[in-house]
Formats: sequence, C-alpha cells, structure tokens
Amino acid sequence: MTIIDETAESPAPDGSEGTGRPLLEVRDLHVEFHTRDGVAKAVNGVNYSVEAGETLAVLGESGSGKSVTAQAIMGILDMPPGRIPKGEILFRGQDMLRMSNEERRKIRGSKIAMIFQDALSSLNPVLSVGYQLGEMFRVHQGMSKKDAKAKAIELMERVKIPAAKDRVGDYPHQFSGGMRQRIMIAMALALEPDLIIADEPTTALDVTVQAQVMDLLAELQREYNMGLILITHDLGVVADVADKIAVMYAGRIIERAPVHELYKRPAHPYTKGLLDSIPRLDQKGQDLYAIKGLPPNLTRIPSGCAFNPRCPQAQDICRTEIPPLHPVTERDGGELAGRGSACHFWKETIHG
Amino acid sequence: MPDKTVEKKVEVLPGDTASTAAVVVTDAGPAPDKARSLWSDAWHDLRRNPLFLISAVLIVFLLVMAIWPGLFTNASPRDADLAKHYLGKPNWGHVFAADWLGYDVQGRSIYARVVYGARASITVGVGVTIAVTIIGTVIGMIAGYFGGWTDTLLSRLTDIFLGIPFLLGALVVLNSFDDRTVWVVIMALAFLGWTQIARVARGAVITIKQSDYVVAAKALGASTSRILFRHILPNALAPIIVVATIALGGYIAAEATLSFLGVGLGDSAVSWGGDVARGREQLRIAPHTLIIPSVMVSITVLSFLMFGDAVRNALDPKLR
Amino acid sequence: MAEISKSDEPQDVTPNVSEVDVVDAHSESEAVAAIEAPVERGEPILQVRNLVKHFPLTQGILFKKQVGAVKAVDGISFDLYQGETLGIVGESGCGKSTVAKLLMMLEKATAGEIFYKGQDITKLSGRALKAVRRNIQMVFQDPYTSLNPRMTVGDIIGETFEIHPEVAPKGDRRRKVQELLDVVGLNPEYINRYPHQFSGGQRQRIGIARGLALNPEIIICDEPVSALDVSVQAQVINLMEKLQDEFNLSYLFIAHDLSIVRHISDRVGVMYLGKMAEIGTDTEIYDHPTHPYTQALLSAVPVPDPESREGRERIILTGDVPSPANPPSGCRFRTRCWKAQDKCAEEIPLLAVPERFKGEDTPVAHESACHFAEEKDVVHAA
Repeated sequence: MTIIDETAESPAPDGSEGTGRPLLEVRDLHVEFHTRDGVAKAVNGVNYSVEAGETLAVLGESGSGKSVTAQAIMGILDMPPGRIPKGEILFRGQDMLRMSNEERRKIRGSKIAMIFQDALSSLNPVLSVGYQLGEMFRVHQGMSKKDAKAKAIELMERVKIPAAKDRVGDYPHQFSGGMRQRIMIAMALALEPDLIIADEPTTALDVTVQAQVMDLLAELQREYNMGLILITHDLGVVADVADKIAVMYAGRIIERAPVHELYKRPAHPYTKGLLDSIPRLDQKGQDLYAIKGLPPNLTRIPSGCAFNPRCPQAQDICRTEIPPLHPVTERDGGELAGRGSACHFWKETIHG
Repeated sequence: MPDKTVEKKVEVLPGDTASTAAVVVTDAGPAPDKARSLWSDAWHDLRRNPLFLISAVLIVFLLVMAIWPGLFTNASPRDADLAKHYLGKPNWGHVFAADWLGYDVQGRSIYARVVYGARASITVGVGVTIAVTIIGTVIGMIAGYFGGWTDTLLSRLTDIFLGIPFLLGALVVLNSFDDRTVWVVIMALAFLGWTQIARVARGAVITIKQSDYVVAAKALGASTSRILFRHILPNALAPIIVVATIALGGYIAAEATLSFLGVGLGDSAVSWGGDVARGREQLRIAPHTLIIPSVMVSITVLSFLMFGDAVRNALDPKLR
Repeated sequence: MAEISKSDEPQDVTPNVSEVDVVDAHSESEAVAAIEAPVERGEPILQVRNLVKHFPLTQGILFKKQVGAVKAVDGISFDLYQGETLGIVGESGCGKSTVAKLLMMLEKATAGEIFYKGQDITKLSGRALKAVRRNIQMVFQDPYTSLNPRMTVGDIIGETFEIHPEVAPKGDRRRKVQELLDVVGLNPEYINRYPHQFSGGQRQRIGIARGLALNPEIIICDEPVSALDVSVQAQVINLMEKLQDEFNLSYLFIAHDLSIVRHISDRVGVMYLGKMAEIGTDTEIYDHPTHPYTQALLSAVPVPDPESREGRERIILTGDVPSPANPPSGCRFRTRCWKAQDKCAEEIPLLAVPERFKGEDTPVAHESACHFAEEKDVVHAA
C-alpha cells in the first residue's frame, strides 16, 4: 500500500534492465469491431506504459475498452470481427503487432502472462491442477514429468495454498474460488514473466478473500519485480495496490495520475463523478451523486468529448472538439508528475 | 428455370455478404428506434446469407413442384408407352418436354416422374418433421419442466426409442402394413424419430426454467400453463426449430431409402426412392434412370440441410 | 447524518475480552444513539421466525437416498417494519439469496414461519398465496436474465396485470404500464421495445417497474445493483430510495457490497453460513460492530480513498468459508476466528444482546451471536 512512486512518470529513462525503454508501451492503439449495427469503436487511441516493478491500474466501466486493450496486448483478440487499424504495442521496444504468430506465442506466457476474472472457466476441468501447472514447464522448458510436478508443488506453495503436496493431484472444482484464483496466479507466475495483466482478478471473489488475493498479487509482484497491469472497475481495489491509474471512457484514456493524487484531486469530471457516486462505509450521506445518462454506444460515440452528454460542465467546445490529454499542473503552473486529463476544463475541475 | 424467383431474391443481397458478426457491445446506449425481436434479427441475418438464399429458392421451387406438378409438365407420370421404354435416352434439347430426361423401363416420362415424385418426398419430409416436433416438444417439455419421477420415466422411454436403429425399426414397422400410403410412412417415421427433439426440448426447458424471468413469473403467481406457454416455450423454440429443419432433410432421405428397400410407399405411388430402386436394375443399359431421381433426392436433402444450417446460424444463442 | 465517532483505540487482536475498551466506547456513543434512535415503528409487517432451509443431498439415479443436507439457511429470525430498509449482508454461500427465495415462497421452508401481517404465509397455497404475492415483490440481481427476451417491455410489465386482473381493468393496462415506465424514469414510448435494446441500468429500471406494478408493500431486492456499472449504480439506488418514500415501501435489501447497504439501510443483518451473526441499526453494525465476522468483513472492504485507508486496521481472515453441507460445530465462524476458544466449538452462540451489554442504552447493545462479543471500530481511521 505504501509503494513509493518512483517509477510513476511515463517513459522513465532508467527503465527496465537498462534498455532505456519502458517494459511495455501502448501507442495510439485503435481497436474496432464490425457488428450487425455498424462499426463499434472499442479503443480509440490509447497510450500507456508500464515499467518493471510498477503497477498500472486501468479503471473503467463496461464498454470503456479496458479489457479490449488488454486482449490486444495479449494477442487474444477475436480477430474477425475485431480489427486493429492503427497503433503500436511495444514490448521492450519491439512492436508486437508486427511480429509473426510464432514470435508472439513465445512472448505470451513466458514474458507476458494474464490472469482472468473467472478462474473456474480458465482452468481445464478434466486435468489436475498439478498437471496444468506442470504443463507450463514441460511445454516451454522441456522438463521431465517428475521435475515439472515438483515445480508445480513449489509454485502452489509460493501462492500459499495450504498442503500443496497433498492437493497437487486435485481438480479445479475441488478448490474454492479464492484458491482457484491463487492457482491462476501460480500459472501466470510459472515462467517468471516480466509483465502480468490481471483482468478483474478479484471481482468474482468475496470481500474477505479479495483482500487475501490482492495482497498476494502485490507481494509476488514486488518480489519478482514484475510489471502489473490491473484492469478493474472497482475504485476500491485499485486504491490499495496501484502506483498509477489510467481512467478509460469510451475507448480513450481520459485521466491519468499517481494513485493518491487521483483520489484526492480528480481532474476530469467523469473521475470526479465516479468518486462521488460511491457510498462511503464510514459515513451515511443523503442522496448519492449520480452521473446522469448512460455510457455511450460504441457504434455512435458522441462527437467532441465522449463524456459531454453526461457532463455537468459541458460547453459548446466539448461537443465539437475532442480534448487531448492535457498535462495537469498546479494552480501556479508547478508540475504535477505523471498527471494528465482529457478535459477542456481540467483547470476548473481540479482547482475548483 | 426458376429464373424469376432467383432474380427477385438476389436483389436483397447486398454487396457485403459478411456473415454474422458475433460481437456483443456491452451496455449499448440509447437503443435504435425500431422494436426488434430475436426473429426479426434472425431474419435480418438470413437475408444476407447466400447459403440461405440459395436453399430457400430451391425449397420454394420444390414446394411449388409438390403442390402444382401440372405447372411443370403436361405428361403423366403413370402413362407407360412401352415403345419408348428405357432405350429412350434423355433428349437434352427438349427442355420441359416429356422426353427431356428420357423414359424409364416401362416407357414412362422420367421428367414427369421427377416432378410428381416431389410430392411424396416433401409430404413425408414435412409431415414427419411436424409430427416429431409436436410429439418431441410435448414430451420434452413435460419431462424438463416437471422433473422428478415424470422426467425419469419419460427420459427412459426416450432412451428406449433412441436405442432402436431408425431404419431397421422403420423397416420392421412398415413391413407389417400392406397398404403403405404416405400417412402410414409418416406415422412410422414419426413414431421412431421424436426422440432427438424430445431431448433437445428437455434440455432447453431445464435451462430456461431456472432463468430469472421464469422465477420472476412464479413470484408474481403465474400459473403453470402461463409459465410453460408464455415464458418457456417461446424461448425453447429456437433450438427445436433448428434441430427440426436439419432433420427434415434426413426424413426425406429416409423415405427414399425405405422406398428403395421396397418397404416405403407402395409400388403404385410415384416416389423418387422407388424410381431409384427400379433404376438400379438398368444401371448398365440406362444409367440415367437411376441417376436422375438420385440427383433429385440429393438436391432436396441438401437444400433442407443448408436451410437448417443457415437457420441455426441465425438463431444460435451462442452467436449473439 | 454523517456522524463520525472516533470511539475506541485500535486494539490488539487478542482473544481476551477487554472491559476497559468497552466502557470507554459507551460515553462517546451515547449522543449518536440518541440521534439514531428508531422512530415509532409499530407492528412489524414481516416477521421471520426460526426459518430453516436444508437442501437434501441425494445419491442414486432411480432410488434416491438422502446422504446429507446443505444447510443453506439454518434458523434465522428477524422483523421488517413498514417503510424501512433492512439490509442483509454476507459472503457467497451464506444463504442470503435463499432467504429471499423463501420469503418469495419460491422455495418451501424446511421449518420455521414467515408472518406477513400476522399470517403465516408458509402454510398458504392457491388463491390465498396468490393474494399475498401481490404484496411481496422482488427485484432480481441480473437485469440481463430476469427479463424474458421474447417479450416486449409492455408485455413484461403488463403480465403482472394479466396474472392479477383485479389490480387494473383491461382497457387501462397499457396506460398503467406507461405510467410505471415514467415512474422509474424511462420514456413511456419504449413500451414496444425488447429487453436487449436497453442497457443494464435501463433493464434494472424495467425490473423495478415490474416489481412496483401491483403496488406491493414489501420489495425484496436480491443484489439489485451488483451487476451494474458504478456510474449507473448510484442512479438506481437513488431511484429506489425515491420510490420508497413515494410508496412507503419496505425493502429487504440483500447485497454483498457493504457500502451500498449502509447507504440504503435503516437496519442491517450480517449472515454467515446460514445463520445471522449480528443485527442492528446501521450505526450499531457499522460503527459499533461486536461480532468478529462483521469486524473482519468491514475491515476488508476496499475503500476508494488511500489516505483514510492507511489509518485503518485490516483484519485478514485466513482460509475460506466452510461448506454449508458440513458446517463446523458450535459457532460457525470459529474456524476462521482469531478469538475462538473451546467454548466456541461446543456451544452455539445465540443471537441476542450480549449479557455484558444488557440494559445499556448504547449502540453496542445490539444482538450479536458471539460468546466473546466486544466492540471494535474498524471502519474509521484511527
């Protein structure tokens, strides 16, 4: 919870392993889907970067494009109907979108791993957990069956599954939800990847178990010095573990900030509204603030700022001009590291 | 020859014939203005599917042929002119004329027999499909909805019928009838064929009965018949229709097979299967007497299979 | 309303009962209790007594024999008053959704009674049951599966009038449906549309309109906003609060999101493995929890505010919820409880005001099923 924000600035010169480049950098990524109702523009120019040992939280509601971006990075997007018309995904400086399938496959799993929301459906129900964990070593590293099993037990111990030795032969359905998510984490960790993408890793879990899993993930990340992209809709989960946050809306990043800054002083009306609309545990308010209207239809994204029909501050300019991601500064022009807001009126929003 | 129909249908086909895209855009905002049901969505898809258009045109054509054979030929399928018999080879130039496709062993116009034979095949196919859909849906719905002992009993019954080899069973049943009219064949095939639909219907009903909207109807105090007919049946219909349309082609093939084996329609009936059986004997001297009715069976079965496939793609809930 | 009570110091997690802390807590909490004291509530509209639901576990295909039972709900009692909201919180598998089904008479209770205005509805059937159903309605969790996809919005809401024709005469129904759509904030012209043409939040409004159609007195809400986006959740919660004032509805609000439950509820019950662990007013439960499970649950809630977060103590429970088919003896929470002692394995703690707090007029004195009940504020930063 108290990770110091050294690496929060985007392209840090002292990046990973002295390459001078961020571990992963997404540049101007666009993704669209061809549907019955027209072209759904799911991602419209996303830029973000993650360093080794850093946690980037991507926050957004359903349809904001947060998961689609992750799928594009992993290369697991359903390609028709999906399409990537524009953009680059640089892993250690190399554009993954220009790689051959074979090259990408090698990166996937061994360099970049993913954790999904629903652990039960991500694990094969007819194979034992130990076999599935061991498979990673047999396939990628050509280990013998016996060694692979020993490795599997070791991994299960790493993710703190009690009695790992006895449970290595058990099947996924014999584990509880929290334990299954640990197994997913173990699988992601197996080949000690440089980057882990976690797509809503605790959404399906109970609160008391959520905390356990989140803590484990943060601890392992520190230990292995991995980059972590945490995709979530839950502002609470993010607050605990992230270093910096990117808020997405209608396929764009509308605000980015170091985690404490965002909660203290949001610089985009959408973020502000989102924070105000969550009831507080430690006090009872009157009426909840509600952002009016609905998230936009991706086949008909409003012109100008996509948030303008729901925004209390919208002016004419918001309906015509798409706001770029302005750097956010103090009232006196002092620099606020790593902050940006895609709002024409970010000054009014943050400084009141 | 079905030029007019084809043209009219093809106009609907837009330049881009990309088939169903399966993306769900979550939480779409303000909805489009027109009310759209699953059926109208399916229709929207089907209209753009070339597979569907081709099969639909063929099926419409076959249906017209079955209902009004007189539109296609003046010749009678039963007039035997032994002078012509099977040495009368097809005369490809005489399109639609009695001697277009030649004559069979008894000197009957093969073209006329092909045209008139459509009725038997289509009637059996459609008749059996309707019968098995009704029987199967009723049994499947009762088993699926009420569960418990009713389900155990009906499911075992289904298993027993499923255990009977379809054609062998039909052979045995039909053999015990002397006068095998179209209706006898339909009943025999339906008697043995309802199991597949019953299983699909039961599965669909079990899934749907647990859905929240059925629970919501129960919470309102809705009667069993309302739940069955307003909520469960309309939602179970899609998979049933898919299975039924695909099975239809199979029933036509089954009728032809049974007629070929001599236990289908009686000898007096005009049917493609019977003609194939008789044509087999002249395979070496006059292969067209075998090939032409066989091709008709194939085209018909294929049309219905393609049609069923297109319908499944349009209705399959997994794609939407 | 937003009172902040910095009651006691963060205590060590020790199994012994510390009297000093408790006494300390009282003095400051009294003022709060006065504000929060319930207004005249009158007779409860719904009384639940010792409700039990066991699902039999069977083996065999033809001749089923019972080999055990999942004790989904195992003796629960509570009251619901006119116009109030009772929140029920708990983790998955605690039986809260089964309670909803039992109250809706969608499942038959194994034992126990549910009194609606003094009448035991578990004994009703046929016409009498249908009449009671008019007054107890439900809003479902998943707006995507709770509306029949083959029916238009008008048919979905209008169906309630077909089932209960006495509520609205035939010619009037369409107008009533449009009125309802207007009440829940939807355009009445949408009446001929199908559910899939609406977004999640809009669908949930349709579900609420259906629940309101018969003018019920009680609405059971089973996780009504958990499937919705954060920005839409607030809209639906506000709508539900507005409707409650307008129609004097009583809500039983079942959810796992403790912040939302606090926001909407007047009283809150905490369930664990088929039993009620603690019940009281929202202040009693959130600011003065005495059951260790409630404390752990509250401390685990992620708070969207890293600053206030850091001052808070977090209790991280070990392990998972045991299976309801084979619950632990004695107190069901003892396998994960840091205070557990021998007594907890032997004796089932009853849901009652703990002996030590009896007769006190403070927020600590509320019903809690723990042998070692003791106050611990986990919500407010130290």
